[in-house]
Amino acid sequence: MSSRIKGRHVLLAAVVAALCVPASGVAAGNGLPTKIGKGEGQLNLIAWEGYTQPQWVKPFEKATGCQVHAKYAGSSDEMVTLMRQGGGTQYDGVSASGDASLRLIYGHDVQAVNPKLIPDFKNFIPALKSPPHNTVKGVHYGISLQWGPNTLLYNTKKLKPAPTSWATIYSPKYKGKITVPDNPIQIADAALYLSKAKPSLGIRDPYELNQAQFTAVIALLKAQKPLIKKYWALASDEIDLFKNGDAVVGASWPYQTNTLIADKVPVKDLIPREGATGWADTWMMSSHARHPNCMYKWMAWVSTPKVQAQQAIYFGETPANTKACSIMDKLAPGSAGQYHCGASAAYFNSIKFWKTPVAACGNGQNNCMDYTKWQQAWTQLKG
Amino acid sequence: MAASLDPAQGLIPGEPGRPLRAARLGLTGFFWRHRWAKALLLLAPPLLAFVLVYVASLAALFVSSFWTIDPFTSVMKHVWNLDNYRTLWQASAYRSVALRTIGIAAAVTAADAILAFPLGYFMARVAGRRSRAFVFVAVLLPLWSSYLVRVYIWRLILDEHGVLNWTLGKVGLPALHIGYSNWAVWLIFTYVWLPFMILPVYGALERIPESYVEASRDLGAGAWTTFRRVVLPLALPGVVAGSIFTFSLTLGDYVTPLLAGGASSQFIGNVVYDSITTQQTPFAAAFAAVPLAVMGVYLLLARRLGAFEAL
Repeated sequence: MSSRIKGRHVLLAAVVAALCVPASGVAAGNGLPTKIGKGEGQLNLIAWEGYTQPQWVKPFEKATGCQVHAKYAGSSDEMVTLMRQGGGTQYDGVSASGDASLRLIYGHDVQAVNPKLIPDFKNFIPALKSPPHNTVKGVHYGISLQWGPNTLLYNTKKLKPAPTSWATIYSPKYKGKITVPDNPIQIADAALYLSKAKPSLGIRDPYELNQAQFTAVIALLKAQKPLIKKYWALASDEIDLFKNGDAVVGASWPYQTNTLIADKVPVKDLIPREGATGWADTWMMSSHARHPNCMYKWMAWVSTPKVQAQQAIYFGETPANTKACSIMDKLAPGSAGQYHCGASAAYFNSIKFWKTPVAACGNGQNNCMDYTKWQQAWTQLKG
Repeated sequence: MAASLDPAQGLIPGEPGRPLRAARLGLTGFFWRHRWAKALLLLAPPLLAFVLVYVASLAALFVSSFWTIDPFTSVMKHVWNLDNYRTLWQASAYRSVALRTIGIAAAVTAADAILAFPLGYFMARVAGRRSRAFVFVAVLLPLWSSYLVRVYIWRLILDEHGVLNWTLGKVGLPALHIGYSNWAVWLIFTYVWLPFMILPVYGALERIPESYVEASRDLGAGAWTTFRRVVLPLALPGVVAGSIFTFSLTLGDYVTPLLAGGASSQFIGNVVYDSITTQQTPFAAAFAAVPLAVMGVYLLLARRLGAFEAL
């Protein structure tokens, strides 16, 4: 199936889905609603843990009358599974990361949304208005939320001088003291490193790998395996490993760094000179949402500066809304700078955000390894 | 079936005054004459539950292992094929996962048998009433706490700056680096399943009549010979019965390898879990059939060794 046909199907499905939505206001020529109708009283969400805290959910329920029922999911794969459950009518929305969002779009699980209905959309950093992980051919399939980089975390007492390159986690020097996430998307981290370390492979995008590039990346990961102490599945696992001296260097999220520093463990994190992968989350609406107005109201609510700042500080990530930065500093002095709130385009562009690997390469060819291949390779690598 | 259970009306006609008593008598008579009907009535509810819940789900599992998943839509396609089993056989990664799982399960069983035998012997033949009760409580006590808590405690003991290395350092020995490794997995499994080995071993040892041992000694056998030729053969079914628990529990577990394992500690259960979260259900079913087959062979062997009499 060519990507053109896929795209057309998606668009058609989205238009049909949007037309089917009852009472969601006046529809424009493109099938999208032009105003948010009356709330349906209920809202069923799938979210990352920490994304639906009472701190901002309670005021939302009071203001809109939409009662929020949230189900936490532990992985992108679980989010996709849950969204498809019961024909897709069970949940209205999902806080999908970039490696789930394209699967949901191409699987016709989510519908196109009208960003004009989100007042704060205009305050988003430009890079998150129409990012490729939630906008296909100019059609928006969700509203960006928060983002953050995957960093290199190290023990400042054990690593001197401080590391500057991802080569550190592939170096036999730290054999048995390295930890990386147990997640197939980790293949992209190795690809990003090789794109700089071995330019002859010609890797332009760490998520678009042809067979030869993929083989080289897997070979690097296989060589790395004997050096690994543990592939961590939970953030708390990595925190334990660093706290108890089992690991001294690894791939991480800012959340772990903050927790460890709060526990007085001598650690620091950085974005190495090769750049970093990262995650950018999007609230997306189910194609079969039964409470679309409440979902629109929710997407508008979590985009407001105050909620954006609250969530950023609670979770340890960066808001999409630039107006949130000053509130962040009021809530926790210094936090806006720490999380690069309102970051420059140069900083943002240095991060290669998670997206679902598909067969269609950026160059119009269809010879790239899709996500199923990534999953298989990862399972076999760990075997 | 309801009709055949209701023969009373036909058997004793013309007694309108006492229909209830007549029916009861008729029913009793029917069950007395047809023993199989009584057995059927007793067994029907558990048998039905067993067939519906257990056998049917196993059959569904087995059947789905011959199906496949559409890679794009993740929808199950009901096309019969052997692809899943072929992948299992051809990819060396899955073979090493299966061998690791079976190997560690066997090592855990051996370690538990070696640990349980002296303890069971002490409880059955040496200890007085009060010390036996004490040991019983000590053996069962860990089972009262959460399995997860016990695994996490072992993580704290074994990690780099943990209790183990702290103690080794105090007595001047070099530190061990066994946290997050297959050694850790083996050690934790041996610990958590030990009670399941001790109890049947204790039961088997307790059933050996004291007179057998005395007779052996009277006939001139030394303590070692008596142990080797009388006690051990009679206790063996208990060890094998315990090994069914320790072996099958290790074979099916995935939590301990996930939490306490290292970079190469994947068990069959971990691959099954990963396959299900990535919607590769048929492959998960195929891999889940492997421990099933292993246990089948194991139970056949155990039966020949008389383990079922010791349970």
